[in-house]
Formats: sequence, structure tokens, C-alpha cells
Amino acid sequence: MATNESCDQPLRDDSKKQIHSKFIQQELSAWKPILTPGWVIAIFIILGVVFILIGLLAFYASVHVEELVERYDVDCVPFTDKNKITKYIRDSSSNKTCTKTLRVQKKMKNPIYVYYQLHHFYQNHRRYVRSRSDKQLRSTKHEYETKECLPIATVNNNSKPIVPCGLIAWSLFNDTYQFSVNSKVVEVDRKDIAWKSDRDYKFGSKVYPKNFQSSGMIGGGKLNESIPLSKQEDLIVWMRTAAFSTFRKLYGQIKVDLDANSNITVVIQNNFNIYEFGGKKQLVLSTSNWSVGTNKFLGCAYLYVGGFSLVVAISFTITYVLKPRPLGDPAYLSWNKYPSIYEN
Amino acid sequence: MKRFVYINDDDQSHDLYCDNRISNRKYTVLNFLPKNLWEQFSRFMNQYFLLIACLQLWPLITPVNPASTWGPLLFIFAVSATKEAWDDYNRYVSDKKANEKQVWVVKKGVKKHIRAQDIHVGNLVWLRENDEVPCDLVLIGTSEPQGLCHIETSALDGETDLKTRVIASACAGIELELLHKIKGVIECPPPDKDIRRFDANMRLFPPFLDNDVCPLTIKNTILQSCYLRNTEWVCGVAIYAGNETKLGMSRGVPEPKLTAMDAMIDKLTGAIFVFQVVVVIVLGVAGNVWKDMEARKQWYVQYPNEGPWYELLVIPLRFELLCSIMIPISIKVSLDLVKSLYAKFIDWDQEMMDTKTGTPSHAANTAISEDLGQVEYILTDKTGTLTENKMIFKRCCISGTFYGNETGDALKDVKLLNAVSGGSSDVIRFLTVMSICNTVIPVQSKNGVLSYKAQSQDEEALVRAASQLHMVFVKKNASILEINFNASLLQYELLDTLEFTSDRKKMSIVVRDCQSGKIFLLSKGADEAILPCACTGQQIRTFTEAVEQYAQMGLRTLCVAWRELPEDEYREWSLTFKEANSTLVDREWRVSEVCQRLEVGLEILGVAAIEDRLQDGVPETIETLRKAGINFWMLTGDKQNTAIQIALSCNFVSPEPKGQLLLINGKTEDEVCRSLERVLLTMRITNSEPKDVAFVIDGWALEIALKHHRKAFTELSILSRTAICCRVTPSQKAQLVGILKSCDYRTLAIGDGGNDVRMIQQADIGVGISGREGLQAARAADYSIGKFRFLKRLILVHGRYSYNRTAFLSQYSFYKSLLICFIQIFFSFVSGVSGSSLFNSVSLMAYNVFYTSIPVLVSVLDKDLSERTVMQHPQILFYCQAGRLLNPSTFAGWFGRALFHAIVVFLITIHAYANEKSEIEEVSMVALSGCIWLQAFVVAIETNSFTILQHLAIWGNLLGFYVINWIISSVPAAGMYTIMFRLCGQPSYWITMFLIVVCGMGPVIALKYFRYTYRSSKINILQQAERLGGPILSLGSIETQQRSLERELSALSISQPKSRSPVYEPLLLDSPSALRRSFGPGPHTDFRTRNYKDN
Repeated sequence: MATNESCDQPLRDDSKKQIHSKFIQQELSAWKPILTPGWVIAIFIILGVVFILIGLLAFYASVHVEELVERYDVDCVPFTDKNKITKYIRDSSSNKTCTKTLRVQKKMKNPIYVYYQLHHFYQNHRRYVRSRSDKQLRSTKHEYETKECLPIATVNNNSKPIVPCGLIAWSLFNDTYQFSVNSKVVEVDRKDIAWKSDRDYKFGSKVYPKNFQSSGMIGGGKLNESIPLSKQEDLIVWMRTAAFSTFRKLYGQIKVDLDANSNITVVIQNNFNIYEFGGKKQLVLSTSNWSVGTNKFLGCAYLYVGGFSLVVAISFTITYVLKPRPLGDPAYLSWNKYPSIYEN
Repeated sequence: MKRFVYINDDDQSHDLYCDNRISNRKYTVLNFLPKNLWEQFSRFMNQYFLLIACLQLWPLITPVNPASTWGPLLFIFAVSATKEAWDDYNRYVSDKKANEKQVWVVKKGVKKHIRAQDIHVGNLVWLRENDEVPCDLVLIGTSEPQGLCHIETSALDGETDLKTRVIASACAGIELELLHKIKGVIECPPPDKDIRRFDANMRLFPPFLDNDVCPLTIKNTILQSCYLRNTEWVCGVAIYAGNETKLGMSRGVPEPKLTAMDAMIDKLTGAIFVFQVVVVIVLGVAGNVWKDMEARKQWYVQYPNEGPWYELLVIPLRFELLCSIMIPISIKVSLDLVKSLYAKFIDWDQEMMDTKTGTPSHAANTAISEDLGQVEYILTDKTGTLTENKMIFKRCCISGTFYGNETGDALKDVKLLNAVSGGSSDVIRFLTVMSICNTVIPVQSKNGVLSYKAQSQDEEALVRAASQLHMVFVKKNASILEINFNASLLQYELLDTLEFTSDRKKMSIVVRDCQSGKIFLLSKGADEAILPCACTGQQIRTFTEAVEQYAQMGLRTLCVAWRELPEDEYREWSLTFKEANSTLVDREWRVSEVCQRLEVGLEILGVAAIEDRLQDGVPETIETLRKAGINFWMLTGDKQNTAIQIALSCNFVSPEPKGQLLLINGKTEDEVCRSLERVLLTMRITNSEPKDVAFVIDGWALEIALKHHRKAFTELSILSRTAICCRVTPSQKAQLVGILKSCDYRTLAIGDGGNDVRMIQQADIGVGISGREGLQAARAADYSIGKFRFLKRLILVHGRYSYNRTAFLSQYSFYKSLLICFIQIFFSFVSGVSGSSLFNSVSLMAYNVFYTSIPVLVSVLDKDLSERTVMQHPQILFYCQAGRLLNPSTFAGWFGRALFHAIVVFLITIHAYANEKSEIEEVSMVALSGCIWLQAFVVAIETNSFTILQHLAIWGNLLGFYVINWIISSVPAAGMYTIMFRLCGQPSYWITMFLIVVCGMGPVIALKYFRYTYRSSKINILQQAERLGGPILSLGSIETQQRSLERELSALSISQPKSRSPVYEPLLLDSPSALRRSFGPGPHTDFRTRNYKDN
């Protein structure tokens, strides 16, 4: 896209003074590229080729990701009437166990990631996303810093602080899954699902849950008060809020291979209330790859963009061949076309 | 209300008038903060930002930390407050220095050394040689026996020559010792700022009683800030002190000028503000609806059922805060910064340095460089602006004989030399008038070299010429004038001086020949002022012919006349003259009337012709600028013929048959009206012909036209590309500027003398030439240059670049703010329209302050075309004049680009970072880095020339973004701890960035290429030609060669004395089929109404 031409004299003397004077005289030598057809067409061709290559690679990688997705929120409640469901799900004493069977299509190599996926859950809502106290999570010193956690800050609005406070922690996701293949229990490793930096710095190892879900309305899951926050990895994962209303969060990892055509039985404790606002819950089992995770978007996008830029390059070439136009033709300057008009 | 000053009276005067404490300060320590804040908040932008910042203090609605707005806001305020404080401090320091200067003042009869600020009105002040005058004084005594003193007034009016001042006549002859005890009263007008006028009276008390009231004029005063020169001491009475002096009164803050571009930016800001309000209302309503429909069902949000009364307002206000970044807070700071750099570039430019005098160009007003690129009309003075104002006596006509016609220089004409040595009485009288009828002071330096101090260049030229013809004016001793003619000394006693005023257009002196005792009146002046006063019976035809002929050659003419006065006539007249001189009301008019009575029946001696050469490069400059579509008007005080000749010789108008001059003249309203209508008709008809039609109007007709036919004259001004206005007064010059301004044209006024000051101040841009007529114009002007030819560079290079750069910078500032704001808006749709911010406070603040402001600042080095190309194709300036690079439609382009880029960034981010990657901190950094990458490429693609600094700023800034974020990411307490390291470790992050850049820039490049190649603007074509080294450059140089050849031809034709036939009479209906004005208002309407956008 360029002709590398410095119209001013090249810098011969590198002394500072010279550069300074070139600067104040606005005479610093400059590279002045212009959009010539050759450069533009070449750029689009190169981009097209590179994009298609990367796209194929990414697409290939994402195709090899094996993914099982199972929606269970509808099947796991015995009612269809919304009011009854709400009552049922809010009742802590009712039995919410539910069993699902998943069929593995292709062999899944370990590690297999277990995600739960929520739809229509606004972790990014303004009231929600700011309702936390990072200081309180980090250290017991800041236990009382619950101002930003409203409305879940203290027990019955008195001086006893809730740890961890805020809407995010309060609404902790509390469905659980147990996997078995051919009645043989498959262990789900629930360690190391949170970011290491969160475990080490953001959540204190000496901060223990206090007054959590103890009074008033009960939101989501409860926490074991004898385990410090830095070890409560599902809380840490949950508190990494999602930017969109549909999101997946890591539940655990299965460290064994799952063979093709095997049936996985999942025993679900369907505790989390998404029925009130018409959300969805899904269980996802997925293998991973080097780049793009389970996402096919990047691969597709690269292929489309690559194809499109090839089309652009070809059409530019065709127009250039059919309708060549010399660059910098003075005939196109209107004052050269009618030289008399400024003469007078 | 008259002011009575009691001289040397210690009791009464104290309380009446202010003391001599000078204060130029705007603030005091106490009122600085409130006053400065008040001033800053009178701007709309600042009020807006303050409101936003205050709203952010309300935690319920603020999306981000209030620091993200308060920080930049306080920074901006601190910067401008510091600047103000610094300026004010400097003023305070210089005031203090002036106030504490020690001066000698008589107090209670004793001379004391006191501080200047303690001088009171009425005090007697003593000054020594080279002292600065502390306040306005009326002179009552000097060391010189004739009661003269010399002062330098350069600080006051910029004129560097010495001026003579005399003591009040009533005080003449008072002994030095008695001066201490002098008492009296001075009756003077209230303080004003007219430094050329002071009409007062003085009466002394016993024992100095004089039965007369003694008149005082400006000649009897020395004003504050002048310097005493060549005089041992003077003594004066303080009449105005402190800020009431003439200098103090004329000080004042000039109205700040606003460029067309600033106005456009303000308009666009207003439009964005309206857009923002619409967005806020729409999103606010949507948010409230969503809240009621959906959010109450989302149990985890815990919306209370009952909210406070202002609940409905909360969401709209949140969106107002989210969208407040749409109006970039940084734009004012960036613009101020780059504007001062433009001004510096002008100051630094070596090609605009006058090498002869070493004066660099100077931009006194740093805020209006862009306007230079949008100039449509240039109104120029003639003398000293187009010409060098270096007067040289060239020809003369003495009693019917023409001297100097053969040689071109009368001083070398043998005929004249013979006549001088032969003692021809006419020639000798002529030379006598030349050498003494003036206000020139001969100064004999120590080594005997004689030099002349003159206020008028014409007079100096005459005296010099006379001395070369052996009539040497050697000495001026009070009222004795000594001339050395052929080694014999002639003495004349100067009786009266009838001064030159621009109304009288002549000056005379009355002298007594010391040998014969006879009294003579010697006069010189403009032909139309002198010739009607000729004595009856004298044939003046040869003189009018001589005047005509000289004027045709572009020479300035002066008629010289004399008359012998009978003793008693003079005595009688002298009394009335004195009386007129001491009137307080309408003195000038009375004096001129009295002078008129004496200046009759003159014997015309001859005509002197003085050449004022054109400055170097004037014709080329005018031609180039006219090609650039700038219209030229010449406003001069000179004669019509001289003006036309100068106009012809400097390409102002083309000679026949291409050019055509239409005269508007007439003495009565009717005549002027008819003439005006006829010219208008011709203009309308020839509108479409390829002819260069200009109108010529003189001051008298102009006065009538402006008063009674303003509308017709305005129409004429719009139609006419060229005009010559002769014999116009300073206020008419300003009026003409006003007319063009009222038609919405950008005007530039250029001049060099005090008579141009009003025009310069009135115009959108005032340019002063720091020339020989003093620095007055240069001081009042926005730009001062050394030579007229620098105007070309000032407009085509500096003006054009400034316009282009500011156009890019301001639109880009909006682009980057809109980009990030659109992303926030899109995000609000996926976050339940609740007003969450995707970006954190640190990022938002840094985005505006660092990431995006630095790369764009180096656009001050961008050059779309090289200076040479622009000079060769000045037509390219049309783009700036018509405002093609910054207008609503280009702005719409940038708006669209921001929208498109926001969509690209947002869509790619939400898809690439969906599902398990949708952690909000990561997503926010992905979107932010997408914006940073895009803006870097946008700056790059809009940059035409990359110097090392541009590369550093653009790519260095990109790197800087990562470095800053890595640093923030390594702070455990920060919200985004480790985020940037995590992202940079993911291949998918880089793949996403690459995708964003290509999706965002691909269409932009494709579109730009398409336009560039198939819908190319003139700028593009020249860029291509320049960089590919096409044929266009050679074409340009051929063109200029032709042009210069043509100019020589026309110059030749001018130098021949032309016959008297009126070649420039309007010729109606001249080849009506041709097109004249395809470039007159044609291109303007053409360029304005047609689709603006070309680049």
C-alpha cells in the first residue's frame, strides 16, 4: 500500500540539533504511503489467504472438541405450573434429586470439563455485579466493610456482618452433579477449578464464612463455615461474574476417558431457582483444545472474512483491469481542464 | 466632566484623582480562585463536565468511580488556572517593577526621590535623559534653551523615530530655581485613550501670572512609557496617573476571536449533546420498562418493590453518566495544545524570516491558525504593505519643465543639475520648499554625518533629494532653520507650522527670511489640495498633466507651492491662529479653517514625484493567492490613478482586454447611485464571462454608498472578486471589512501602519507587516510578518496544514469517544438495560487521557501534500475554504465509522468470549484492547506522512497500552489483577484482536481505496502525482514560467506612460457568451452546496 519515498532530504547528520531544527521547520523526513491498486489488492489477497489458513486451523481444532450438552431444568421438576414450581423449588425440605442419562457419541479424552450453563441469568446487572466487598473477602480486618454489599450486608440490618456479603455470594449456584458410567461412579475433581490468583490473593485463607444464609431470605447455596474462603472454589468461580446473561461456569473435571457409545448417568440435585424468571439450566461436558475452547465462532469468522477479502481482492482486480485509471493524472484536476478560469 | 489639575499643590489634589499605582492584574490572591473558576464555568463545556462530575458523586447512579471524571476535569482546570495565575503573576511583577521605580518629585517645594506609585496628579516630576516617563506629564521645563525635548514613543505607538515635544508656552523662560515653586491650574479633558490628541489649557498663578490662558496640545505632553532622549532633563506636571493615563486607558483585553472551525466544532458538540439526550431518554425508558417487566422477577437482584420518589430518574441518570464520555473531555486541552504548536511553527519558520532586518514572523494570537486556511477575502493596504515604503525622489516638474523623464531619475538629470548650478530661481525656490517645509529634524552625529529624523517617509525623501542637489538642510535650532546651499548659509526663522492632517492633505510653514526679513508661506501637499489654491492667473495645466503622468507610472506626487506674505496680513492671521489653537472644542476643525484662510493664492512651483517600489514577490504572491480562490481588495489612502497603477503592476487586476475596471464615482448621492447601479448591472452581465472585472471606488463615493445604498454595495461586494478603494479613511477600511464579514466571508486584513489598525482588529484575521511605518499594526495584529510575500506561505502552508490537522484531530476525538460509548450502550442491552459499565474506571479514564490522546497529537506533523506541491497548485486551498474536511457530512462519516467499529468490536467480543470465557473483567479488556487496536490503525490510515515521531506515537502508544495494563494487572489490590497476563497468554485473544482489526479496517481501506482511485479528490490526485513523481510537477513549473513571462510583458506595458484616454471605462456588453465567473461566487456555491465529502 505504499511507495516508500522520503521527499525531504534524508537525515545525514544525526546530531540532536539537526533533528530539532528539522522538527521546528516541519521538515522531518517522512514516509508517505498511498493506496495504490497493487498494494491494496496484494493486502487483500494476503489477508484472505492468511485468514482462511487460520480459520481452517481453528475450525479443525474446534471440530475436534467433543461436547455434550444436556438441558435438565424442565425435566427435573414434577410440575408445569409456574407457581407450583416456585413453591417446590423454594421449599428446602422437598426432594429435588433427578437423574439424567447422557450418551457419549465419540470418545472423550481426559480431562473432561464439567460446566453448568445458565441462560437468562444477569450476573452483569448493575445491582448485582457491584454487590460485593473485595476487601472483606481478602482479609478479616475488613470484615465490616459491607457498605457496597447492600442489600445483603448484615444480619437483619444490625451490626453483625455477613461474610461473604453481597448479592453475588448470596445467590451462589447450588446444583450438584454425580456421574456414573455403567453404575460405576466417575469422580469429578472439584479442586483447581478457580483461578490460582483468586485463591491466592483475592480470597483470604483466614477468612471463614460467617452469618452466611443465616436469616431472612435464603438465596442460593450455603457454605461450610469451617473451610476458609480460599478453599471454597465453587464460590470463587461463581464470584467471577459473567459479562453476558448466558454463561458457563466450571463445575469440575473428570480425569478419566469416556468411551464412545457409553451412557453416563447423572444424579442432579436441582436446587437452583431459575424458574421464577424463566431461565434455563444446562449441564455441559466438554474436552478442550489448544486455542479456542468449545467455540466455533472464531474459526467460522476467519473463514468468512478470509473468503470475503479474496472476493474484494478479485473484484478490485477486475475493476482495475476493466477500468484502469492512471494515478495522479493531472487531467483530473478541474483547473487543468479549464485552464482559463483562474487566469482571468 | 473636565479635570482641573492644580500644579504643585499638596493638599487638594490627593483625593480627587487616583495615584500612579499601575495595576494590570486581573486577580488578587483572595479572589483568584472564585473569579477564575467563575470564568472557566462560563463555558458550556465546562458546565457540562461539572454537572456530570457532580452527578457521579451519587453512588446510586454512578457507573464508575467518580475519579474517572473528576481527575481529568481537575487536571484541565488546574492547567488553565495555572496558566492564568502565571500570566497574572508576571503582570504583577512587571507592575511592581514599574510602581517601585524611583523618580524625582517636588514635594512641599523640595525635590525628593520617591516611588513612582506615589506620584499624585499635580505633582512636579523631574526626569533625566533615558528615563522612562512614569505618567502623563505636561512639560513645563527642559534643559534645552528652546524648551524642546526629544522622546521615543515606541512603547506607545511603535514608531521608532524621535519626536520633539515643547514646553507649554506660558512656562517659557522660567528660571530653573523657580520651577520648584510654580503654581497654577491645568484644565484638561477627562482621561481618554487618544494618544494623538490633548486639548487643554493652563493658567499660572502669581508670581508667574500671565494674562493669557495658555493652550496645551499633545505637543506639550510626554506620555507614560515614552523614553526621554537627547535631552538632559525635563520637568513636567502629572496630569493623568496610574491606570488613567493614555496608555492605561488604551490597554484592554481584545475580544477573543473564534475561528470558523471552533464554531463548527461547537455546533457538532451541540449535535452530539442532542444525540446523547435522545439516547439517554430511549435507554432510560427502556431500562425502566425492563425493570418493571423483568428485573422484579430476577430474585437474585432483589429489586425493592417500593422505591423512592426519584426511582424513575435513576436509570436515565445512570445512562446520562455512561454516555457522558460521548463528548470528549480531552478535546479542549488537545486543541489548545496543538494550536499553540501551530503558532510556534509560524514563529519558528525560517522561510518567513525577513533576513534583511532579522524579524521573524510572529503569531500573537495562537488560537486562530485554522482560519488562515479558510480565508476568502484579503483586504490589503497599499503603502508599506504591497510597496516597500522606501520613498525615493524620482522625477519632478518645475515650472513646466519635466526633469528625470529620460534617465528615470531626476537626481541624475543633467538638465536639473545645470539648472541648480545656474541658479534658476524657480528651481531654487522649489528646492527650498523641499528641504524646509517639513517636520524633519537634522541630527548631526559626532563624526559629522548628517542624518534626518522624519515622521513621514515622503518628507525624508524630499529632504534627502534636496541635499543631493546641494540644498542641504543642516540645522534646526528652535525656530531657526539653517540651509547650506552651494556653501552659502541661508537662515530662516520658523514662525508657524500649519500641520498636516489627513483631511487637509497638505502642510505649510510660515518662515521669515533672515536676510531679507520677508515672510513666506511654503506649502506642499496632494495635488487636489494644493492646485485649487493656486493664485488666479497661473496656468496649472502643465502641473495637472505632470501629476497625471506621474500617477500613471505609479509614482506618488506632491505639489509644491509658495507665497510671499505681507507683514500685516501675517500678523492679523497669526492672532486668529493662536486663538484657534487654544480652543477646547473642535480645535482641529477650527485650526484647519484658519489655515485654509492663509493657504490661498499660492504660486505653484512644481510637482515632485516619489517612487515607492513594490516589495519583492508581491505580484507572485497575489497571483498565487488569487489562484487559490482568495479575493483581493486594495484599500488605500492614495490617489485613484496611483492605486490602479500599483494594482496593475502587482497582478491585482489584469491589464486590458482581459481585465476591466468599473469606476464608481460621483459627488452627489444621485451620481453615486446611478454609477453604482450601472456597475452592478455590468457585474451581473459579465458574471459568467472569463473576464477579470474589478470595481474602483473612492472614499467620497464609498461614504455615500455605505450610507444610502448599503444593500446594493453589499451585492457588489459579493459579486466582485477584486476591488480597489482609494482615498479611504481608517474607519471606512474597518467598515468594508465589516460588510464582507456580514456576508459570512472569512476576511484577512493586512496592513502596516497606524491607519490599518482598526481594519486589522475588525477582520477575522489581522496581519501586520512590521515595516517602516512603525510597529503599530504589527502589535494590533494576530500575526505579524516581515514582508508581504510571506503571506503566501502563511496561508497556503501554515493555514492549510493547521486546518487539515485540526479537522482530523477534532473529529477523531469525537470518534474515539463515540466508539467506547457505543460499546457501553450495546453492553447495556445485554445487561438488562440496568446501566452497568463494561469498562472499569481506570480504563475509562486512561482511555481518554493516555491511550487515545497521544497518538493523535502527533498529527500536528502530518502533511497531506508537500509544501512545494501546494505552492504549485494553490487551487487546492478550496478544500479548506469551503470547509470540506470538517463539516456535518464528514462528521457523519466519522460517526458512522465509530458506530461500525463499535459493532465490530462488540459482536466479535461477545461471540469469541462467550460461554465459559465470559468473565466480565476479561471481556472488558478484550473490548478495550479491540478499541485501542482499531484507533491505532485509524490514526495510521488517516496519517499521510509518517515521520519517526508518528511511528513512535502510534505504535509506541499501542505498546504503552499493554505495558500500563501489565503494570496494573500485577497489583493484587486492583480489580483486574492478572487479567492482562492471562489474556496475553491465550492464543484466542490475539486471534480475536487480529479479527477485530481486519474486520474493522478492511472495509475502511477498501472504501478509501475505491474513493482514492475512482472518486478521487484533487488532494488525492496531487498526492498520487507527488508520490509517484508523475508529470504533474513538471507541468506546474512550466505553468509558472509562462506566468512570469506574461507578467514581464504586462509590467512592460505599464511602464510606458499611457495616453489619457480612459481605458478603464466600463465597457458594457463585452462578449457576453463567455464564462467569467465560473470561479467567482461560482466555486463557492459550487463547493459548498455540492456533496462536501470527498476525502
